[in-house]
Amino acid sequence: MIPELGHFALILALLVAIAQSMLPLAGAAYREPRLMALAKPAARAQFLLVVTAFACLAASFVGNDFSVQNVATNSNSELPLHYRFAATWGSHEGSLLLWTLMLAGWTFAVTLFSRNLPPVLLARVIAVMGWVSVGFLLFLLFTSNPFDRLVPPAPEGRDLNPLLQDPGMVIHPPMLYMGYVGFSVAFAFAIAALLGGRLDATWARWSRPWTTVAWAFLTIGIALGSGWAYYTLGWGGWWFWDPVENASFMPWLTGTALIHSLAVTEKRGAFKSWTVLLAILAFSLSLLGTFLVRSGVLTSVHAFATDPARGVFILVFLALVVGGSLTLFAWRAGKVGLGGIFGVVSRESTLLANNILLIVAMASVLLGTLYPLFLDALDLGKISVGPPYFDAVFYPLLAPAVFLMGVGPMARWNKASLPDLWTRLKWALGVAVVAAVFLPFILGRWSPLIAAGLFLALWVVVSSIVNLRTRLAGSHRHGIVAKLAANSPSYYGMLLAHLGVAVFIVGVTLVKGYESEQDVRLDLGQTVDAGGYAFKFLGVVPGPGPNYRALTGTVEVRKDGRLIETLKPEKRIYNASGQTMTIAAIDIGLFGDRYVSLGEPLSADDIDGAWGVRIYLKPFIDWIWMGAFLMALGGIVAVCDRRYRLAIQRRTGAIGPAASAGAPAN
Amino acid sequence: MIARAAIAALLLACAAATSAVDPVSPNGENAAGMSALDMRLKRLEAELRCLVCQNQTLADSNADLADDLRREVRSLALAGKSDDDIKAYLVARYGDFVLYKPPVKPITWMLWFGPFALLAGGGAVWWVVLRRRARSTTPTATKADTAGEMRARKLLNGEDDVAV
Amino acid sequence: MKSLRWSLPLAIFVILVAFLWVGLSRDPREVPSPLIGKHAPAFELAKLHAPSETLATADLKGTVWLLNVWASWCVSCRVEHPLLVELAKANIVPVYGLDYKDEPDAGRAWLAQHGDPYTASIVDRDGRVGIDYGVYGVPETFLIDKAGVVRYKQIGPLTPEALKQKILPLVRELQK
Repeated sequence: MIPELGHFALILALLVAIAQSMLPLAGAAYREPRLMALAKPAARAQFLLVVTAFACLAASFVGNDFSVQNVATNSNSELPLHYRFAATWGSHEGSLLLWTLMLAGWTFAVTLFSRNLPPVLLARVIAVMGWVSVGFLLFLLFTSNPFDRLVPPAPEGRDLNPLLQDPGMVIHPPMLYMGYVGFSVAFAFAIAALLGGRLDATWARWSRPWTTVAWAFLTIGIALGSGWAYYTLGWGGWWFWDPVENASFMPWLTGTALIHSLAVTEKRGAFKSWTVLLAILAFSLSLLGTFLVRSGVLTSVHAFATDPARGVFILVFLALVVGGSLTLFAWRAGKVGLGGIFGVVSRESTLLANNILLIVAMASVLLGTLYPLFLDALDLGKISVGPPYFDAVFYPLLAPAVFLMGVGPMARWNKASLPDLWTRLKWALGVAVVAAVFLPFILGRWSPLIAAGLFLALWVVVSSIVNLRTRLAGSHRHGIVAKLAANSPSYYGMLLAHLGVAVFIVGVTLVKGYESEQDVRLDLGQTVDAGGYAFKFLGVVPGPGPNYRALTGTVEVRKDGRLIETLKPEKRIYNASGQTMTIAAIDIGLFGDRYVSLGEPLSADDIDGAWGVRIYLKPFIDWIWMGAFLMALGGIVAVCDRRYRLAIQRRTGAIGPAASAGAPAN
Repeated sequence: MIARAAIAALLLACAAATSAVDPVSPNGENAAGMSALDMRLKRLEAELRCLVCQNQTLADSNADLADDLRREVRSLALAGKSDDDIKAYLVARYGDFVLYKPPVKPITWMLWFGPFALLAGGGAVWWVVLRRRARSTTPTATKADTAGEMRARKLLNGEDDVAV
Repeated sequence: MKSLRWSLPLAIFVILVAFLWVGLSRDPREVPSPLIGKHAPAFELAKLHAPSETLATADLKGTVWLLNVWASWCVSCRVEHPLLVELAKANIVPVYGLDYKDEPDAGRAWLAQHGDPYTASIVDRDGRVGIDYGVYGVPETFLIDKAGVVRYKQIGPLTPEALKQKILPLVRELQK
């Protein structure tokens, strides 16, 4: 009964989405207010229907309804409650429903926060998002129905993939999808602008918060995925340049370029068509990612079970949406206008350089990810493109962009002075260079890459401090608190996000430069030394888990003879699937992790004997995720700026002509 | 003043943090642990692709074939073969697919040189755009300008660095 | 022309979609053999049914033959095995079996149970010959000509289509 209800809700949602995508658009074209007014209620109705469908599927999982095919394939009655719930999105069909839910959710949010939007623009934005919803709902209903019944019902489920039975799984896909799908708002704004043939700074101001929030979610989603891989997969890696990881990274790079480009369009009215193109590109890459993961064209550890029919559907959908938008772009971008003028040395030019570098980096990741497919399609053989390629290509491309992060904020809009910049920044440059050259010696090993990484991180931090100091010095207020308060949240958001990048770079540099690995056979009671720590192996004992049998090892970690931590790495054999998972045990520290995982017993039958144990030392690795978190936080702080002011305007009424024209001070 | 103090504090923090980083010997190996050969093999195997679990390196995979291939690689290394020899041995049997670092040959030129060609192209676009958008002259203040007029002109020209 | 510039993203996208479309019909997991057109790696291994005797590639020079990699633990092998038995009965081309990483007793028992289409089977206990042939899964089948050059590799179980459309025509050509 409940699955049928959910199925029915999806069908209704499709019908509503069709109305949502067509009627307001017609209303905007013919300036018919009643049709345009249908946008909000249609979007809200669609949201409610999709929520209903999602709730029905979740209820089926939680209630162990094994007559539903999806539940039987991906769940099990022994599965703990929170994982039964998370299993709702543990499969292709379920995660697609999550996608659709997120899309409906973002559209709903647009209906809530759009009081100042002209009706024509709002109608178009909601209609475009409706088009995307129609595509996904069609895809769900015709090729990937999560509510298909299994007749006769299975007595028991096949269990959720053990890799997914983890807190990371519960939160990583929702965060990631919030990001992916959030870019559809920027996309819809861009299409609406092209349709209207008009794009100005106000458009950029509306787009910006949506884009930044989506970007922040995507940042968190990617960071969670990376952290999850680190502690789940058992060999200490945190990024593999896997096709699906790249599929999430490319929209992130484009989104970063977009939020910077929007700043220019908002402040200076420049880069208009470029910003529109980036908005289209960011969402297109989200859709491309969806295609790559679900079509089977690339091998990936993340790939869902594939089916050629699904691949064809998504490709056609991709071709229509992206092809359609790019055709619209080709036709209308020229009308949208070129924008302002600016000097060779100016904030605009540094932001342009930032954008170009980010897009070239994104294109390189795309090239590397798809190259094996290109060659195969041309019958030129099969190659693999993996971390050695991406590492070699990506870092040199991004290094200049990071360097510019120190220069850009110091440069004035429109026309900056190179000698002036040099005067202000040369001291920061000197400090960063000197520190970067000397630190590696103290840390234990000098290498040019480590020095380069440290230089970039320090440069960003020191130049940010200089920037803040310059701001405070130039402020007309008195007293440090007043001076600090004079700056907007968007300024602090920028500082925080840039600081996050620096922290991230420190983490990556130091982990890659100084990590160590030991893969050793340890007898009971034997100790191995690594990096100043002593690891004592105390054997492995079997034990039961909720839906698995566990072999739990004990490893004591000592420093200078003092016991710091007792780690319990596990090997789990899941009851339903028989799969074995290696669960690492990690002693987390601010300046590094001690990471231990079990290998194999020396003799297969005797678990009480010697075991292979892997011991990793990962200096500063948690800075990677701390940095990402700071970046996302910076984004959120920056967004607090706008809405606060709009809210003030609404509450106090008209402040003056400037206010009603929709132009807050910044 | 404050800025300099902040930076000095930052550097001190760096120095303090460095004491927290575990000292490692040049190759990250420590007593009673992995031999130099093991370390070399780990590094090499991290660049090779497992053919069965195709999303793992040869170093990490638990597949039977991976075990066999690791054994082969080890015996080749013990027989004195270089890393390149070992890679050639595997490529002769499994093709370029087994290398995570694609070889540089005509069909991969676009892969290896593409990004830098794109960068050069991007640089050219940047330069062209700047040339087109650059202002030819800058209005300068005349003696008769009041402070207010100067400020107004600056604002109108967008020469304010207040905005982010 | 200005308008050309705006169409560039679309043009790039169209090319990309074309590639993705072709990619849908390809299998990214399949690893083609670099041995095609090269001499089959030499081996000399003990026969499964006569452990004191050996079979070497040199013995097979001058004949066109198939090398089928199988094992008693291999599930997919059971799918293709009836085809091999039929092929052996038709007596078109000799099929030699490579019992890959298997216990000889288990191998013999499996053949006794499912039928033995092989002119002879040889035992590759540790898989080294398999590695030489670039075997990465079981079953796989190689077609080798009179000069000892590998002409075709079937990855995965043999199918009637593969036999009819690719392997047998090639066999007939090579046997002339």
